Amino acid sequence: MTEERDGEERDDGGLDGDPDRRGGGWHVAQAGAGRPLLVLHRDIGSPAQLPFYDALAERFALLIPHHPGYGRSERPPWLRSVRDVAVIYQALLAELGVTGHALLGLGFGGWIAAEMATMAPRDLRHLVLVGAMGVKPPQGDILDQALLSYIDYVRAGFHDAHAFERIFGSVTTDQLVEWDVCREMSFRIAWKPYMYSQTLPHLLGAVRAPTLVVWGGDDEVVPRSAGERYRDLLPEARFELVPSCGHHVEMERPDALLALLDAFLGRD
Amino acid sequence: MHLVYFTEQPMSAYSADAGREFGATALMFSNRHFDPVAGSRLYGQYIEQYLYAEEMGIEGFMLNEHHNAPFCMQAKCNIFAAILAAMTKRASLVLLGNPLPLAENPVRLAEELAMIDMISKGRLVSGFVRGGGQEQLATGVNPAFNRERFEEAHDLIVKAWTTPGPFRWEGTHYQHRVVNPWAVPLQKPHPRIWIPGVLSRETIVWSAKQRYPYIALNTSIEATKRIWATYDAAAAEVGYVPGPENRGYLQRVHVAETEEKAIQNARQFMWMQGEFTGLAHPVWSSPSGYFSPEQRRGFVEFAVGRATSPRGRPTFEQQLADMQIIAGTPKTVIPKLKRVLEETRPGIMAIWGNDGAVSDADARTCIRLLGQEVMPALREIGRSLDLKSPFEANAPLSIAHAAPRRETAAVS
Repeated sequence: MTEERDGEERDDGGLDGDPDRRGGGWHVAQAGAGRPLLVLHRDIGSPAQLPFYDALAERFALLIPHHPGYGRSERPPWLRSVRDVAVIYQALLAELGVTGHALLGLGFGGWIAAEMATMAPRDLRHLVLVGAMGVKPPQGDILDQALLSYIDYVRAGFHDAHAFERIFGSVTTDQLVEWDVCREMSFRIAWKPYMYSQTLPHLLGAVRAPTLVVWGGDDEVVPRSAGERYRDLLPEARFELVPSCGHHVEMERPDALLALLDAFLGRD
Repeated sequence: MHLVYFTEQPMSAYSADAGREFGATALMFSNRHFDPVAGSRLYGQYIEQYLYAEEMGIEGFMLNEHHNAPFCMQAKCNIFAAILAAMTKRASLVLLGNPLPLAENPVRLAEELAMIDMISKGRLVSGFVRGGGQEQLATGVNPAFNRERFEEAHDLIVKAWTTPGPFRWEGTHYQHRVVNPWAVPLQKPHPRIWIPGVLSRETIVWSAKQRYPYIALNTSIEATKRIWATYDAAAAEVGYVPGPENRGYLQRVHVAETEEKAIQNARQFMWMQGEFTGLAHPVWSSPSGYFSPEQRRGFVEFAVGRATSPRGRPTFEQQLADMQIIAGTPKTVIPKLKRVLEETRPGIMAIWGNDGAVSDADARTCIRLLGQEVMPALREIGRSLDLKSPFEANAPLSIAHAAPRRETAAVS
């Protein structure tokens, strides 16, 4: 990432404090040129560099915001739901003057993307959900990070342990602290029901954008049945499985995911 | 000095090996190891021991609660408090305490506590706690809002006790259309509130600013002195000078007729693998958001197993040497306790007498020796050191309210 747009200090005194009317102010990493692609990161935050991001930057005008309260974006103490985050991002897109964009939601970010897609159906060109949280899986449960250590939770997202080593190496204390900050924010907005919305399934029928639902064949974090439910509820969706791959498809099988994206979004 | 007897009411009738094999004795450690036949027997035994303790002259009982763990059989301290309110005559009932953030309806707690206060004829001391980290998970309550919920539930309960209803409560975490409980405390304006704790600086500061006594739970003498320094600084900010009436201390003490027997039984304080709240799972005991952000770096290292527990896990011998555990005959424990009192200067002293699989007969011997020999001696020492309890000092109830009145002065 070359260009950084930093979050501002904000303190609005919590849920009952005075709202901050400035708007915006989130950390957004930007790179590349072309059609806008908003990438919504996982509940574990986003590595600063990924080969997958570099490849995307060759294709798109890439925007990777740090979710409010994650990474380098300040925590809004009033934030209580993932739908709040989706509204914040709709405002961010308006502020940046972004139109004709595609959304790529990774895991937890997929939930935010799905919420956004229901809010402004005409604005969105394409929706891509990768191992998305947000709906209750008909079979199985979403893996609960509250019961797992930071490292074990991230590891559970990989089919191949070497992929974890490749991305995160020997985990530093700074990385653990970052994961803890992310986890705390996830608890603040997605504690109960854990990592899904009971109303989102009823809203997905409003989505107009063509949707690609991608799932790692060995996703141990979000059961595949959740992906199949997205496919069934979204009006124009298709489902693709990436074999020998865990939850973190963009980190474990970036080439496979890029091939699917190219086929779905086309290359300029 | 106000002296109270404490036991965790351990569910000792399970195999300690099972806990060791599982690697933790809380939250996910299966309740198939809980035998309700043994549980029923133990509850009966504990009730009889409290009654015996009152007969032996013990002036108060400290009660607590925990969830999903064998080290404490009280899943609801108000239930035991209600039982003892009716079955005992004089002893104070010191709840340390109700875990406020776990309550979805604090008004219900206010009602239960008011009932206990009336049934006991004004013997209730209503302590409040945040609940352990794993208990947030056991009850499905968001750890990230633990402190906010603690403070708001406290404010709501105190208001329910002191402001005639009906009133409406529109808070951040609690909203109530109508607060108008038809059970209010006998003690006016409300029962005393004491706050126990181990290591959370915010809790110490909050207690001091409320002018609530803080009860240090078996912390080392040095750590206890640091707690008082923190407390005193916060008290100075709100304009008062704390004394022994603001300080409580919990100490593990087992007494027996012989030194050998006392040491043998005191080893049972280690029955939970040396941690007095059991073998903690590092992740479950410190869920994200539960601890202060200042401690984040330390806790993330602990949570992935790279650092030892911030609470420490010293050996039995080390704990005896440091007087974290005191064991012996009354003759040998009294001088040691005198030193603890001189160093920590509490006006409230809780003696944790029995833990683990101490036999009923030995537990009763300990209770008898505490009630008839150790506690009277400590009371004398307390007098000579001018360690007045909040009752003796007629200390203000809080920064907001004066000392309580009660219809029947039941607590000495």
